[in-house]
Amino acid sequence: MTDTASNEEVSGTTQVDKRNVRRSAALLGLDSRLLGMIVALGAMWVAFNFFSDGLFLTSRNLWNLSVQSSAVAILATGMVLVIVSRNIDLSVGSIAVFVAMFMGLMQAEWIPDRYGLGRSWTWVVVLVAGIALGGLIGALHGFIVAYVKVPSFIVTLGGLLVWRAFAFQLADGRTIAPLDTKFQLIGGGPKGSLGETKSWLVATLACTVIVVGLVIGRRRRRRHGFQLRPTWTEAVVGTLGCSAVLGAVWVANSYMWPPGLAKDYAEEHGITEPPGGLRIPTGIAIPVLIAVGVAVFMTYLATRRRFGRYVYSIGGNPEAAELAGINTRFVVMKTFIVMGMLAALGAAVISARLNAATVGLGTGLELQVIAAAVIGGTSLAGGIGIIPGAMLGAVVMQSLSSGMVLMKVPTATQDIVVGVLLVTAVAFDSILTRRRA
Amino acid sequence: MSDALVPLVEMRNIRVSFGGVVAVDDVSVSLRAGEVVGLVGGNGAGKSTLIRVLSGAHQADGGVILINGEMVLISNPRDAKAHGIEAIYQTLALADNTDAAANLFLGRELTTRLGSLDDAGMEAAARKVLGRLNPKFKNFKDPVNKLSGGQRQSVAIARAVQFNARILIMDEPTAALGPAETAQVRELVTQLKAEGIGIFMISHDIHDVFDLSDRISVMHQGELVATVNKDDVTKDEVLAMIIMGGRSVVQ
Repeated sequence: MTDTASNEEVSGTTQVDKRNVRRSAALLGLDSRLLGMIVALGAMWVAFNFFSDGLFLTSRNLWNLSVQSSAVAILATGMVLVIVSRNIDLSVGSIAVFVAMFMGLMQAEWIPDRYGLGRSWTWVVVLVAGIALGGLIGALHGFIVAYVKVPSFIVTLGGLLVWRAFAFQLADGRTIAPLDTKFQLIGGGPKGSLGETKSWLVATLACTVIVVGLVIGRRRRRRHGFQLRPTWTEAVVGTLGCSAVLGAVWVANSYMWPPGLAKDYAEEHGITEPPGGLRIPTGIAIPVLIAVGVAVFMTYLATRRRFGRYVYSIGGNPEAAELAGINTRFVVMKTFIVMGMLAALGAAVISARLNAATVGLGTGLELQVIAAAVIGGTSLAGGIGIIPGAMLGAVVMQSLSSGMVLMKVPTATQDIVVGVLLVTAVAFDSILTRRRA
Repeated sequence: MSDALVPLVEMRNIRVSFGGVVAVDDVSVSLRAGEVVGLVGGNGAGKSTLIRVLSGAHQADGGVILINGEMVLISNPRDAKAHGIEAIYQTLALADNTDAAANLFLGRELTTRLGSLDDAGMEAAARKVLGRLNPKFKNFKDPVNKLSGGQRQSVAIARAVQFNARILIMDEPTAALGPAETAQVRELVTQLKAEGIGIFMISHDIHDVFDLSDRISVMHQGELVATVNKDDVTKDEVLAMIIMGGRSVVQ
């Protein structure tokens, strides 16, 4: 008895270094790839801060970064499911511009013509109609892919051409601007943000959810008699999670309104400005809140619902999924419907931020979204991919862009860097996976 | 006369064609409770196609299926499972990127009251059933493509027995297994027979067929050559039927 025990100990210690990283990542409940990406992102931020003489790690830059990543992040969560089920959607940029045009015309012309401007409900109707339209387009693509069995690459390539053309025709190539005042808030900006109090409220809510989630998970495992993680790991995970949330909100609240806007606000509300101007914290931008909300929902859908399980099973072995009685065609069609709806939501965020719907909106968006998903660990072969990874991928790509802009790198060079990074990231990941196996 | 027991499964006059090629031509086989029927034949004999009709993976172009004497319609794998038919395919049909519990419950997941996946519940059930079949099975969290051939086989078998099948289809169950694991499969088949489960077993290993089957149905190029009792024939006679088809049958 004692001999075998000591043998196990010895062999365990010799393997310590290799498995430690994976085990600590697993303990934290994170994919080790995800952990690696977070570390790489941190390193990138520090490097950019150094090379931009401290411009990168300012609350203004980080706040802008969060807003600029949100549209790609929203779409990337949907693209993960499409790619995991062994398909691709090249049409998302074109769906976005078409829906943006539609939403723009609806709020700038169609509704005002009948009901007048400045209605309080305009933005709701427009947003709902837009998302429904995106879902319908996705359903059309999904139907042709799943039931008519045309490869998704071809169907969505056709979509890429067709929907942008329709967008042009819809408004005769005009730019639709300005948009409804309430709709604009979806795009962020000082008014399109939560402000100090609400941001702290959201942070508290998020921390509560994290802690409650850990407790419920632990209780469920105990009920089934599984081995429990040591209490200290749960405490570490909880602390890290909450610190991250609180830290992010602190940064958002450190970004103040531009002095001109603060002055207007002070005058409007009869507040006397203190010396140095009124400092109004911006807080979490609405598009960022939307993106985080989408990510949470999509992660829940992918990991805790049958739909998500079926998407991954189809990606792993489509025949096995069929033989298990799964309605694979409908599941695939649904991934495209979700993608279409998310593209519409992204279109709302982009056009709101621009305060306009233009025919150029979303050009190249599909490639950014696919790149974000792939950098985040989604395999184009299907079956593998995580949604938080795709979000991180979007932030990585945007950080790279922002950092290079702050370093005054010319646009052409920026493209080269992004292209090289994309290939390197995937190659690196693929080599690591092969070595691990 | 022999017993008046209605067979567990009867497939009558099954016909399957792919375009102009007739893969299964007017084949009738039957299976009684607690019996193993070995389905043998060379490549392209139509055995896998015939059995896929029973498991719902394929639709027959002609013929009927009766379960316990009643005609049933099996148009998809769900229908088959509803009638208590479970299959272990030659390729195992496992989703490689998910773990053992997920594969066990694929298509039949346990859910919580909110409708979300009950992963803990499924893992607990998986541990129970796999623990019975293969006490050495430990990797419940790894995706199944990281498991050995024998372990993957255990998962596929566990999936078939977990849901109280009455009719089991095994397509080349020992083809990828070593001697120890083959012995385990043999033990399992004996156990299942004792529980009254009927098993259709496709195998090209004539020794396995003779060890485990009670009756043997031989197919050749889509046609049924003969169905014989194992005790009435020799291995050579069966081999002759497999290779030469109808011309070898001595009535």
